[in-house]
Amino acid sequence: MSEQTHLAANIVEEPGEPHTRRFFLAAAGAAGLCYAAALAYPIYRYLASPEEMALSATAVTEVTLKDAQKLPLASVLMFKFGPSPAMLIHHEDGRWVSLSAVCTHLGCTVQYEPQADRIHCACHGGVYNPYTGANVSGPPPKPLTLYKVAVNDAGVEVSRA
Amino acid sequence: MTSKTISTTVYDWVDERLGLSELAAFARHKTVPVHAQSFWYYWGGISLFLFLVQCFTGVLLLVYYRPGVEAYESVRQITFVMHFGWLIRSAHAWSANLMIFSILVHMFSVFFMKAYRKPREFGWLSGMALLGLASVFGFSGYLLPMDELSYFATKVGLQIPMAIPLIGPAIANMLRGGPEVSEFTVQRFFALHVVVLPAIFLPLLAFHLWLVQRHGNAVPPSEEAKPAGERKSIPFMPNFLRKDLAMWLISLNILALLASVFPWALGKQADSLVPAPAGIHPEWYFMSPFEMLKLLGAVLPGEIGEIAGILLFTLGIVLWILIPFYDVGKESGQRARAAHYFGLLAVFALLTTTVIGYWTIR
Repeated sequence: MSEQTHLAANIVEEPGEPHTRRFFLAAAGAAGLCYAAALAYPIYRYLASPEEMALSATAVTEVTLKDAQKLPLASVLMFKFGPSPAMLIHHEDGRWVSLSAVCTHLGCTVQYEPQADRIHCACHGGVYNPYTGANVSGPPPKPLTLYKVAVNDAGVEVSRA
Repeated sequence: MTSKTISTTVYDWVDERLGLSELAAFARHKTVPVHAQSFWYYWGGISLFLFLVQCFTGVLLLVYYRPGVEAYESVRQITFVMHFGWLIRSAHAWSANLMIFSILVHMFSVFFMKAYRKPREFGWLSGMALLGLASVFGFSGYLLPMDELSYFATKVGLQIPMAIPLIGPAIANMLRGGPEVSEFTVQRFFALHVVVLPAIFLPLLAFHLWLVQRHGNAVPPSEEAKPAGERKSIPFMPNFLRKDLAMWLISLNILALLASVFPWALGKQADSLVPAPAGIHPEWYFMSPFEMLKLLGAVLPGEIGEIAGILLFTLGIVLWILIPFYDVGKESGQRARAAHYFGLLAVFALLTTTVIGYWTIR
């Protein structure tokens, strides 16, 4: 391949010249690329900053919700688990359940409906089981992530299962 | 089909609809004069390049900047939290200053080469308007971080329209959004800086550049005196363009060096209850008018001095803007010489008052 181009170049250029010319063009191209990369890198990192902050927030494994033990029966507390919304449900039978509140279909925030005893997503009508997070009907392809719950006198601790 | 015939077909298709070959023919025939003063031709291009840098870095800052009450906090975040935010902000601030500087160099080179003469009067006028807008860009942008310095600089700057009789206070209040510099001021300066000014600046810039294409580069009178055969020129494409782009690259390198080695500082958050910091002064490009007003205020104390200062300054600017209409002759006669001396006087006055201004801060 390189021999071919060499031959082809020899036809139009003076002998000996194509090497230096080709080397110069390659070097200039490489320097130009380095220059462009040196400009693009800080801009990329600048624009990606919130994403990186969110990534470090995803590393959160435990959230303490102060005074959440006082949550009445059949009600919900919305909170942020790392960067994403999550819900703590105190069921009518006294059970505590904590789930991710991000619909697995297209990412809307879902809603706990105590009277219907379900979790509903208003965007496309997805329905989840409020005890297990299982996707019951509608478009959601996966269940909601279930978190571990520990209730004490000071509050409620939610952690990754 | 080989790749060559494909690209020819695509080119022909686009050319038929957009007339690319006419543009190419125009570019081929465009030439740029070559003479001892050719160096000054680059400064318009450098100003244009720095303006493009301003647009680009400005949009990047816009990604995180929040005007109003949170202005300072958001600039603090850009500077200290976001990766390379300090660099983007520093580049924007440095490039703003370099742009004003290169516009000034461009203006004075046009002035001394007498490039404002017929048929280039509109080029001069639009250029002056662009310089005026650039300084309003500078003034409005300076407030946006809402740190101590920008707060007091804006407070002082807006005292100048206050001195205009009758309508002064109304104008100042309108600009400030109230009797004091506050979050309302930041919010409206922001609207001015990123929407209103670009909306006026861009079409005016297009007009200015179109005029340059239409009339070509002006040559200084010494060159014009030579017979046509002795004047030299080079093709714009690619010879001058290559040099122009090399100048852009040099400008970018200087900018990168300044922005990274001398990062733009962010002061303490503005607080109207904290006394103004010692040594506070306007940006260098406002130093001269500021100092002139101060000097005149010393000669003529009180309101009279302020009004006289503003009148004198306005008169000077009007005379400067109207130069193409009273220095019209092609030959270097009495008027041409007078205009030349006026230019020298302006440079002298700007430089001395700026030096005095910086000298007296210390």
